[in-house]
Amino acid sequence: MIGAPIQGRSPARMAWDRIKKDRTAKISAITVAFIFLLALASPIFTWILHTTPDQFHPETLDPSFGTNPVGKLGGISAQHWFGVEPRTGRDVFLRFAYGARTSLSIALSATALATLIGVLVGLVSGFFGKTVDLVLTRTMEIILAFPSILFALAVTPVLENLLESWGVPTGNATRIPVMIVVLSMFGWPYIARIVRGQVISLREKEFVEAARSIGASRTHLVFKEILPNLWAPILVTVALNIPTMITSEAALTFLGAGVIDPTSDWGAMLLASVPFYSVDPMYTFIPGFGLFILVLAFNLLGDSVRDALDPRSSR
Amino acid sequence: MLKYTLRRIVSGTLVLGIVSAIVFSIFYILPADPARLACGKSCTPELVQRIQVALELDQPLAVQYGRFIKGIFVGRTYLANTDAARTCSAPCLGYSYQTDLPVRQLLMDRLPATLSIAVGASILWLLIGLSSGIISALRRGTWIDRTSQGFALAAASLQIYFVGLILQFIFVDKLAWLPMPGYSSPFEYPLDWAKQMVLPWVTLAFLLSAIYSRLTRSGMIETMGEDFVRTARAKGLSSRDVNIKHVLRAAMTPIVTVFGLDLGSLLGGAVITEYVFNIPGLGKLATEAVSNLDLPVVTGTVLFAAFFIITANIVVDLLYSVLDPKVRLT
Repeated sequence: MIGAPIQGRSPARMAWDRIKKDRTAKISAITVAFIFLLALASPIFTWILHTTPDQFHPETLDPSFGTNPVGKLGGISAQHWFGVEPRTGRDVFLRFAYGARTSLSIALSATALATLIGVLVGLVSGFFGKTVDLVLTRTMEIILAFPSILFALAVTPVLENLLESWGVPTGNATRIPVMIVVLSMFGWPYIARIVRGQVISLREKEFVEAARSIGASRTHLVFKEILPNLWAPILVTVALNIPTMITSEAALTFLGAGVIDPTSDWGAMLLASVPFYSVDPMYTFIPGFGLFILVLAFNLLGDSVRDALDPRSSR
Repeated sequence: MLKYTLRRIVSGTLVLGIVSAIVFSIFYILPADPARLACGKSCTPELVQRIQVALELDQPLAVQYGRFIKGIFVGRTYLANTDAARTCSAPCLGYSYQTDLPVRQLLMDRLPATLSIAVGASILWLLIGLSSGIISALRRGTWIDRTSQGFALAAASLQIYFVGLILQFIFVDKLAWLPMPGYSSPFEYPLDWAKQMVLPWVTLAFLLSAIYSRLTRSGMIETMGEDFVRTARAKGLSSRDVNIKHVLRAAMTPIVTVFGLDLGSLLGGAVITEYVFNIPGLGKLATEAVSNLDLPVVTGTVLFAAFFIITANIVVDLLYSVLDPKVRLT
């Protein structure tokens, strides 16, 4: 049989071809894309539904039963697709859509910052070795010895207090950057450890030796010779890091050290639902299920990316 | 072995020392007025003044930290030579002015609840995780394998607080099979203790067993292809002996590591679990202290948790060398 001429394929191309054949990867990518779209399009829904995520709707609440939504399943109706919030009557669908925005942007910023620090530290630590490596690996060891949730929980009000004493207004404008810093502070050592290990095995390879022998600078060696060979493990780490960050962000907010009202966030919605979980379980279920689907999709996608980039691995 | 153990203990102590110095300086330098913070929400100027002296904030930080460390070994007396003197015997981890109790006593009061959660849940998640992982590995590719691994993947993506609230809604509010979670002494009211602990145990075990199931399965499948397993089979050992004595033992090493670290971090406070189920453990103590800005307690809980994490790391490394003959101690 005469086929098409054989074409050379780059490793990236091969990985991409493998991902395209993976049904799980496709479904989870679509799910992630859908949630991103929902987050991006949230202002459009404000326009369609003629209300905002912060607007109170007392008319949807039942005055005789305390302050619970009128109707079944937390007040789901044509106007309020996911029902309304008990006590305030704010639209749950809009809060969900805007909450996806907050959760995703914090988690992605923290992942980006952690990756940046982790890759830089890993490169420097692995390439230079000796004292630099010793100091950096010890630093990572110390950070990993911290009880991260507890410490993050404790340090947030302290940092906030400090910013306040500098004249920065409190509230989400300071809370969100503090969260991003705290989350990435505990996230980078994991990335740095992986990058460092890779760099150590690459640094003695012939191509690096060749570049060194013709007089390439250390910056050139690190960024032009070694770094380009690391994109696969970095990509896998990033993919598997995003769901962890989403989870940690929601957990911190749930524990009260994160985003505060009126800004919407999935962890904050879950926290707000606690007093009402037995009378209005739908209000707990919606953000919790959204979080589950988002984290699951990212986990599956991360697994697929890893499998595609590492042909030896199999599930 | 002894030399290695001693070295690990020394380096672990050093790490703990550095962690404590960092925690101490952050919590005592950063806020504009630690005395005002330590004083709590209902506070008078005189009280601030008194706490300022009591916390020895007029002293340089190094002196404060030195006294804190000294207090751990020999104890200390706050506000000595006044009628409001508070003795804090060794090991003294600080004094909470909001509750008027030594931090160590607060920690010890809350430890049993956290211990109950951690021990019960870890037994349950090991049982579920290991058995489902072993079955999956032995029945690789069958529907049992696919179902249990699918479950594991889903469970690993769930959140404790979400599952906790849903289970509480079903089993406490709707079916009324269980009482509200809480803590009673297992020695005085063993039945109440067990009933109140069921939900925290099940919730934690449900989420954590997923990781163990996946680890057991992949570890066993990997080992099954190794030469020594083929040798064992060739010697004529029954497949049960091979699977249990050779394959499972080799696959256990990474599981011991993960288990040690999980247990270590849980013992420092099952923060989210205790928060959701309102159980008075170390994690709850920490969240309460944070919201009241009771800094000595915050410092104490963070350090106590770091102590468990570091100890778990050392224990895991030592166990590793016992379990895996390939590991050489250096």
